[in-house]
Amino acid sequence: MAEPLLSVRDLVVEFPTRRGTLRALDKVSFDIAEGEVLGMVGESGAGKSLTGAAIIGLLEPPGRVAGGEIWLRGQRIDNLPREAMRRIRGRRIGMVFQDPLTSLNPLYTVAQQLIETIRTHMDVSDKEARARAVALLDRVGIPAAARRIDDYPHHFSGGMRQRVVIALALAAEPELVIADEPTTALDVSVQAQIIDVLKEICAERGASVMLITHDMGVIAETADRVAVLYAGRLAEIGPVRDVIQAAEHPYTVGLMGSIPTLTQAAERLTQIPGAMPRLNAIPQGCAFNPRCTRVMDRCRRDRPELIARSGARHVACWLYDSAKETANV
Amino acid sequence: MIAFILRRLVQSVMVMLTVALVAFALFRFVGDPIASMVGQETTLAERDALRDLLGLNDPFLVQFWNFVARAAVGDFGISYRLQQPVMELILSRLPATLELALVSGILAFVFGVGFGVYTALRRGNWISGSIMTLSLIGVSLPTFLIGVLLIWVFAVELQVLPSFGRGEVVQGGSWWRTGMLTESGRASLILPAITLGLYQMTLIMRLVRAEMLEVLRTDYIKFARARGLSNRAVHFGHALKNTLVPVITITGLQMGSIIAFSIITETVFQWPGVGALFINSVRFVDVPVMAAYLMLIALVFVVINLIVDLLYYAVDPRLRIDRANARH
Repeated sequence: MAEPLLSVRDLVVEFPTRRGTLRALDKVSFDIAEGEVLGMVGESGAGKSLTGAAIIGLLEPPGRVAGGEIWLRGQRIDNLPREAMRRIRGRRIGMVFQDPLTSLNPLYTVAQQLIETIRTHMDVSDKEARARAVALLDRVGIPAAARRIDDYPHHFSGGMRQRVVIALALAAEPELVIADEPTTALDVSVQAQIIDVLKEICAERGASVMLITHDMGVIAETADRVAVLYAGRLAEIGPVRDVIQAAEHPYTVGLMGSIPTLTQAAERLTQIPGAMPRLNAIPQGCAFNPRCTRVMDRCRRDRPELIARSGARHVACWLYDSAKETANV
Repeated sequence: MIAFILRRLVQSVMVMLTVALVAFALFRFVGDPIASMVGQETTLAERDALRDLLGLNDPFLVQFWNFVARAAVGDFGISYRLQQPVMELILSRLPATLELALVSGILAFVFGVGFGVYTALRRGNWISGSIMTLSLIGVSLPTFLIGVLLIWVFAVELQVLPSFGRGEVVQGGSWWRTGMLTESGRASLILPAITLGLYQMTLIMRLVRAEMLEVLRTDYIKFARARGLSNRAVHFGHALKNTLVPVITITGLQMGSIIAFSIITETVFQWPGVGALFINSVRFVDVPVMAAYLMLIALVFVVINLIVDLLYYAVDPRLRIDRANARH
């Protein structure tokens, strides 16, 4: 298999606090292949956005990468000097944020922001940058782009602004786009359009996408593979069809089971009992063990590593450990 | 835009009329002007004749109208004390006050914004800590004390700067006598300008710092960083510009206060400006000068507010659209 575009190995993110250090991401490992769309799902606080922020080097202090490695096309990027990392941001890794209403600087026109971004990374004249900017806006589906480019962000609707944000994130043609809940703040009717635009353009340019969301519908339609995070740990990762239709980790099973369908007329929505543990109270062993319906002794004692399963799938659950548990040694 | 300016102008005129009413009331309530003009031997008949001559027996509205009409062309009458036209007196003192106010205002703005940005970006290092601690002194010490302390250190102990007066003054324009062109004039300006501007500087600095910290947390700053823009572009192009609206408001108001409340500094340094003139006028109940000073300060505030409003438009495009929509 070819070298992956992005490779994250045993990534640990910690937040030092007065009452000790909180481990927000604990040994997360995954790859994103060239042109692949990886979905990243999990509850609020599971560490999805943090993973994105760590990759692009924008963790909010005092958060810091405390361990592991991040490789971008064979280059290690988690320990780069600040200036070198800045050149990677926007140029090689683009990022789309959740709220298009607050992502754009209200005091500058769309043209100014696009041209500034393009000229930061590419050696082009003002005129060329402007032509590029118009083409980009046109590509992300802004009608009359040549005219509207000189408007301010507040002249655009939410959906249109998110298109502008996508144009900005893609302005310098990055190889990887991290989309952090790009549709959560949008009207349901435009969510699908925005996802389509993002997916199409990235496919066109061969860019990979890391799509962070808690919308399983979006994942099912968009992603090639999906990674499930729970309490800062990877629970399961695999091709989207397998994970959605035949989840193996009990947490993923519960997650999929809690998606309501149109065909079944249930009285109550299904849910996983309990709540995700706080970062300062993650239980020993498997983080999911207090809520797990199939918990074993071993789950309360040892933390499961990712175990390779059929069809490129990995699950961090003792249920699938081929070496069956022997008696307590 | 033009409708907005016109509306603002009308409001300004209303403010000026209100202040004129207060200034006018001074004449009627701060004792009998005739009594302070004439000697003890003047007969009652002579007093009445003078009263008639000055129009003090006219109905209130007529008197007020005359006052406003004359004030509009800069005629505030004759100073009781100095027996000179008030406008002439004020104009001769105004350059001193304006030069002082302008220099200290610029100092306050430049250093205030500079320190504010620095302390916001380098939060937690010891230089920021020291600046923040020192700024507390600027906020809490009264102006006259700062002035006296500066005089003590730089004029008495070190003997490097003059402690009072304006130094050598030369004719800068037709009526503008400036101290900026001579060395002693510039040296004399330093201590009063620092005294007058220190409080404003710390105020602007603390405001800029708070606003910067607020803006640096916003999503568009995060997104700007995620696009790989340089720190300089993010901090000064994107963040600082977004802090400007409140900073402009406060700076504008402070500029007004600097001119209006230069009284204390002018007294401490015996600076021959309008503030010192006002203090002396109060001492001698020189009502025409007091009234004119009141009007002048009101005018300064009104003009500055007008400029501030126009600057909002220049800085924030969202205000432009809101007005345009409101008109539909």
